[in-house]
Amino acid sequence: MTSTPTKVPAAPSDTASLRGRIGDSPLRPDGTLKVQGEFAFGSDLWADEMIWGVTLRSPHVHARIVSIDVGPALATSGVYAVLTAEDVPGGNVGLEHADQPVLATGVVRYHGEPVALVAADHPEIARQAAKKIRVVYEELPAVTDGRRALEPDAPQVHGSGNLLRHLKIRRGDPDPVAPLVVSLDFEVGMQDQAFLGPESGLAVPDDAGGIDLYVATQWLHADQRQICQALGLPPEKVRLTLAGVGGAFGGREDLSIHVHACLLALRTGKPIKMVYNREESFFGHVHRHPASLRYEFGAGHDGLLHYAKAELLFDGGAYASSTAAVVGNGGTLGLGPYNIPNVQVDSYGVYTNNPPCGAMRGFGCVQAAFAHEALMDELADRLAMSRVAIRQLNGMREGDRNITGQLIDSAAPVAELLQLVQDMPLPAERLSEDEFDLLSLPGGVSNTTHGEGVVRGIGYAVTYKNVGFSEGFDDYSTARVRLEITADEPTVTVHTAAAEVGQGLITVEQQICRTELGVQRVVVHPRDTQVGSAGSTSASRQTYVTGGAVKAACEAVRAKVLERASTMLDIEPSELVLDGARIVSITGAVVASLQDVLGTDAVDETVKWSHRPTYPVDPETGQGDAHVQYAFSAHRAVVDVDTELGLVKVVALDTAQDVGKAINPDAVVGQIQGGSAQGMGLALMEEIIVTGGRVLNPSFTDYLIPTILDMPPMRIKVLEYADPHAPYGVRGVGEPPTISSGPAVAAAIRQATGKALRRVPIRPEHITEG
Amino acid sequence: MADGGELGRTVRANVNGTEVSRYVANRSTLAQFLRDDLGLTGTKVSCELQVCGVCSVLVDGSPVSACTYLAVDIDGHQVETVEGLADGDTLHPLQQAFVEEFALQCGFCTPGFLMMSVALLRRNPDPSEEDVKEYLDGNICRCTGYRPIVEAVQLAATRMREDGHV
Repeated sequence: MTSTPTKVPAAPSDTASLRGRIGDSPLRPDGTLKVQGEFAFGSDLWADEMIWGVTLRSPHVHARIVSIDVGPALATSGVYAVLTAEDVPGGNVGLEHADQPVLATGVVRYHGEPVALVAADHPEIARQAAKKIRVVYEELPAVTDGRRALEPDAPQVHGSGNLLRHLKIRRGDPDPVAPLVVSLDFEVGMQDQAFLGPESGLAVPDDAGGIDLYVATQWLHADQRQICQALGLPPEKVRLTLAGVGGAFGGREDLSIHVHACLLALRTGKPIKMVYNREESFFGHVHRHPASLRYEFGAGHDGLLHYAKAELLFDGGAYASSTAAVVGNGGTLGLGPYNIPNVQVDSYGVYTNNPPCGAMRGFGCVQAAFAHEALMDELADRLAMSRVAIRQLNGMREGDRNITGQLIDSAAPVAELLQLVQDMPLPAERLSEDEFDLLSLPGGVSNTTHGEGVVRGIGYAVTYKNVGFSEGFDDYSTARVRLEITADEPTVTVHTAAAEVGQGLITVEQQICRTELGVQRVVVHPRDTQVGSAGSTSASRQTYVTGGAVKAACEAVRAKVLERASTMLDIEPSELVLDGARIVSITGAVVASLQDVLGTDAVDETVKWSHRPTYPVDPETGQGDAHVQYAFSAHRAVVDVDTELGLVKVVALDTAQDVGKAINPDAVVGQIQGGSAQGMGLALMEEIIVTGGRVLNPSFTDYLIPTILDMPPMRIKVLEYADPHAPYGVRGVGEPPTISSGPAVAAAIRQATGKALRRVPIRPEHITEG
Repeated sequence: MADGGELGRTVRANVNGTEVSRYVANRSTLAQFLRDDLGLTGTKVSCELQVCGVCSVLVDGSPVSACTYLAVDIDGHQVETVEGLADGDTLHPLQQAFVEEFALQCGFCTPGFLMMSVALLRRNPDPSEEDVKEYLDGNICRCTGYRPIVEAVQLAATRMREDGHV
């Protein structure tokens, strides 16, 4: 049967907005819908005749599935279908390695792995029926420690060795020495993206064995490829449209409900809606890799780094997801934005029976930054140097080569960013005990202290992060731009598959069209797979790559229009300019109207656009031009720590960042503020607690996220050193703030307490113990 | 949504100025009632444990978490949701300020923040920054870092005082 959804995500992008070119901060075209409650998120979609899908997940960390009896579940009134691995027609899925079954096949490898699906006419009936599925498991030995996973006798997660990737970087002297050596071990806990809109979508079957899937995601075409693999269908039978996305941060790059909803829809012939609840969401997406880090830096008495050795171990959990790329980032970028002549880095990703880990904002650099920044502080202290000065001394500059030998061929203002944050005014000192507001102390309304035991600390951190996909990935985007006259006004329609997840990309697309074509009215087409891939909304890449594609498509449209005008007017195209509704000669005279040139025709151009190529690194030395662009940021954190109770209040979190060119300055600031909050969250409170492979805190009562009272005031300085290789000079913005904020907070707490604090999140007991 | 045979009752309430009457299951939450029965999907559900504030709506003017508030308990009461804020095509000053101040990115938390802010400004038309932060501490935003939300609420408060908005 065919069913037309009555509530589909057409509305959000269907709006046109006037005004606002590059460098302005026009209002978001979806803003009005969002404040009115009319924006259709995945969980809001609705279709007549739709029924509900739910997932049965593994209660075990590692177990063999002996048998599954779906009989009692299927016999439940209101149930339409119960599916297991036997009902999956195609193969495994996975972003980089297709190692994950759609439904567990013979074995479950982590707590929460999907085992079976139920469709019923009410979500509660579906959930009750799922409980009636009788799965007999035989538990298997599990490996839930990343280092243990690499031991020869460790339980095997996939039977092919637990090592997912080992990246080696070797540069300079293999046996370096230095007058001063500092080293440390650091542990980073498992962070969750904790987007507020749970995984959700609607799959609608057609009459010809195909399917339309409306889903909240980050990369429609990667989803489509994997769904096709799993369903054994060609792409034209699997059509995706982006539903409203309630935050992403990396957690929607892998599949969640996608294949499951499609399987149920194809089996029942009915539209299937799936929405995870919060607990299931914690099991339904990958997390940030917990990491175990061993670092050693050698320096001269002048503070110059002579060498660095680092071992990074990322626990990828039961399935690969994007672990290999995270290992690549951690390895190639994990020593920070410093010049280091002699380098030995070993970056590992391993399989364990822990929850799968993959993309989260900062992607491999977040974990490493805690280690390299702690070590830079240690070095400064040993030399009695300023912590800012030692970073400035060793900081990269344009023209330097990084540890993979790649030339830094645009701005690298490490020293300047640090100077900017250092020179920002500090928050006022606390007043004497009888004057200050108790609410302002750590503990807040609990009034746990009257100031005794409260110590202030200041910490600095600096980072750099790759923008776009790296190591030879064919990273491109596609844009379709159409120019026509509607209602006597030139109108542009821009169509890409790039996921708007809240960051404001659709505003940027409009700004680029207005700038290139001189029009006011730009309609943003809904995001779907009817146009070519835009790549992922991740790696801080969309303004750069999809922005580049939209710019190129506008240029193609402009060329076509001027060609037509040239023929009509008998003037060389190079002597004509398109300015909105007018065709102007190079002398400035209006020679025709766009209406004259186009009539009722539309000029419609689709362009696939790639950034400069990147290359795989050498397997033995890790040398190579792995990345296309680097983005730099620095943070200064000021904290008050109650050293008796271990409570921390971040008093200020100031930052400076080079964004190349701020296409939309207000949106840039929004990325910096939100990204900094997430980095601070990892330093202080955010961790999925996993014990023996089991997630202990899958709820917002137990997984803590910074609230409005946790967020300090932020001073933000945005630099715009154009990258000559990037469209408009842009540099990715979204991730650096999440990388340098956390280490600055950790450093400030270390300074206040004098404690080593080699693990994040830093908990009260870490501050008070010993 | 009420299922045949399930215990329930008929609820009569005023939702955004309109009298509604529906049979609801006893275990239905207010969020389910608003979203599934009335089609008012502006009220979102996120934590389902009344700790994130995403589902905040007003019952007789006071904020409640619709994710855990029973639908039967609105019988005879007045409910306000985000869909009732705008006056036709004219946005409520808070809605307008949230758009202007970039106080939203993904927008999933926005309806809850708006409803809490409505309640705040009715109680305190001139809140200090600390007043705003304290009142909104039960609402989580994962995108913005909160700063623009504080600014939006204060901007709306200023405009509402100037315009005599009630």
